[in-house]
Amino acid sequence: MRFKTVLIACAAVVMLTACESSPETKATVAGSGQSTAAPPAPAPAPPPPMPAGPRPGSQEDLAKQYGDRVFFDYDKSDVRTDAAGTLDGWAAWLAKYPNVTLTIEGNCDERGTREYNLALGERRANAVKNYLLARGVNPNRLTTISYGKDKPWVQGSTEEAYAKNRNGFARVN
Amino acid sequence: MTRSILRTLFLAVVGISWTALPARADLRVDITEGFRAPMPIAITDFAGDNPQEVQMGKDVTGVIAADLERSGLFKPIDQRAFIQNAASLRVMPNFPDWRVINANALVTGTAQMQGDGQLRVEFRLWDVFAGQQLVGLAYSTAPMHWRRLAHKISDAIYKRLTGEDGYFDTRVVYISEQGPSTRRTKRLAIMDQDGANHRFLTDGRHLTLTPRFSPTLQEITYFAIVGDRPRVYLLSIDTGKQEVLGDFPGMTFAPRFSPDGQKIIMSMAQDGNSEIYTMDLRTRKVTRLTNDLAIDTSPSYSPDGNQVVFNSDRGGSQQLYIMNADGSGVRRLSNGPGRYATPVWSPRGDYIAFTKMHQGQFYIGIMRPDGSDERMLTSAFLVEGPTWAPNGRVLMYYRQTPQDKQGRGGVARLYSIDITGHNEREVVTPMDGSDPAWSPLIP
Repeated sequence: MRFKTVLIACAAVVMLTACESSPETKATVAGSGQSTAAPPAPAPAPPPPMPAGPRPGSQEDLAKQYGDRVFFDYDKSDVRTDAAGTLDGWAAWLAKYPNVTLTIEGNCDERGTREYNLALGERRANAVKNYLLARGVNPNRLTTISYGKDKPWVQGSTEEAYAKNRNGFARVN
Repeated sequence: MTRSILRTLFLAVVGISWTALPARADLRVDITEGFRAPMPIAITDFAGDNPQEVQMGKDVTGVIAADLERSGLFKPIDQRAFIQNAASLRVMPNFPDWRVINANALVTGTAQMQGDGQLRVEFRLWDVFAGQQLVGLAYSTAPMHWRRLAHKISDAIYKRLTGEDGYFDTRVVYISEQGPSTRRTKRLAIMDQDGANHRFLTDGRHLTLTPRFSPTLQEITYFAIVGDRPRVYLLSIDTGKQEVLGDFPGMTFAPRFSPDGQKIIMSMAQDGNSEIYTMDLRTRKVTRLTNDLAIDTSPSYSPDGNQVVFNSDRGGSQQLYIMNADGSGVRRLSNGPGRYATPVWSPRGDYIAFTKMHQGQFYIGIMRPDGSDERMLTSAFLVEGPTWAPNGRVLMYYRQTPQDKQGRGGVARLYSIDITGHNEREVVTPMDGSDPAWSPLIP
């Protein structure tokens, strides 16, 4: 029997396309009438300088400016002191882009059991959320989700990989 | 599909008796002791009168021999050593021929295709030394269900020789895994206990974890993340219909059925805090059982439904606790060093199986519901998530190997082991596997 899914797939992937409009650059030839020889076509005006780097308010922008993950100690969900700078940056960044919302994903390393890690990831995501709320972020702009140990950021069964996989990830919606 | 099998499978179990001798001192395998040599058993191809029946007989006995061998309690004797020929065996075993090859038990039988299209299989289990029949039964079914029929015979043999119920006519639901760990597909799959009749129940688009059978095998409850909503789902195996269980404001996870099948017990997380709840499947009434700022998860009912064992870090580290089914009377169960997780009460009630983490190693262990007699059965880099065979004598779980930076390794496989710690075996799956859940005996 073929299984029919009736789950509602409500993960709408919204591709935010950058819509930079390049100003028209037209070379206008001013005819003087005095010269018989056509003047050499002027070089097209150089395009105005584009802001280098990612589009403001995007995932890439957040990652570039502040990093989009903060890290946790083993089996802990307290916000580490070395995460404060990043989180303060997120709060400032959210203030700058008032239409952006974040989903905070809580992640764990593989050195725990699945169900417990779902709960632990939930705690981590909420620790991040609560920090941002304390920095004045509107609760309506933050949602949380836990992936437990089932969405590792990097591969490997090393302490280095585990340290990276114990994180709170700010997903820009 | 299970239900349609149940509907179509007609098992006429008819006792057939050969001799009326009184039972003598029993031929028996003691499975409560530690390791002992498996009992040599001669399993002869069930006889048929035409090529189709002969083939069916061979197929059925092949499944029976594989079942009994995998249990670790029996050693099927190589058929090439058999002395008595098939024709004379149909009349009566010549026991000296079986004694001389050291068979303790002998299985004989016939396969017949009947006029109504049904397959009829008769089998007899003999005590070779006593020269006496121990069991004689006949089953009929549609030929397509021949594997279930074979498993039922395996269960009958196992029960007669061990005194315990068998577990061969059962199924396993688990998570089939594929791909690199950072982009891994995890989907629901179901198979017979021996790996046959494998099929997928979800398509892998959504992360799916921790499936568990209902006591009637009609439904599976599991965890999935669909569109940023991590929730407990209910799947009807009969219709394929899936539904989110309840309307909870936060993540629901770690579901299990109550022993009567009327309720789901699970965790719900809100504002980072996980508590244990039950939901009555008929009335949809939700009851909260724990109230603590700790992580409270992985609940599992005792078989009488009066108690719940669960996992909590309320004492500072992850440990096992037991409470009454109404949430009262919480007491700590685990006391050893390390962290304890995923407790599962045996269907017999005599043990609780768990995952333990200590000094970088993972263990699968068991202990009595009063916390005594704790024993580790197996250990590895990562072993997790024990599930009980319905007779409470065998556990299945998954083991994962470590992975290097390039993603090599990280292989996850299902294994089974006796509660004596012996007979650890891989349960072969087409791809990687985790989170096995063993069904009750199929009715």
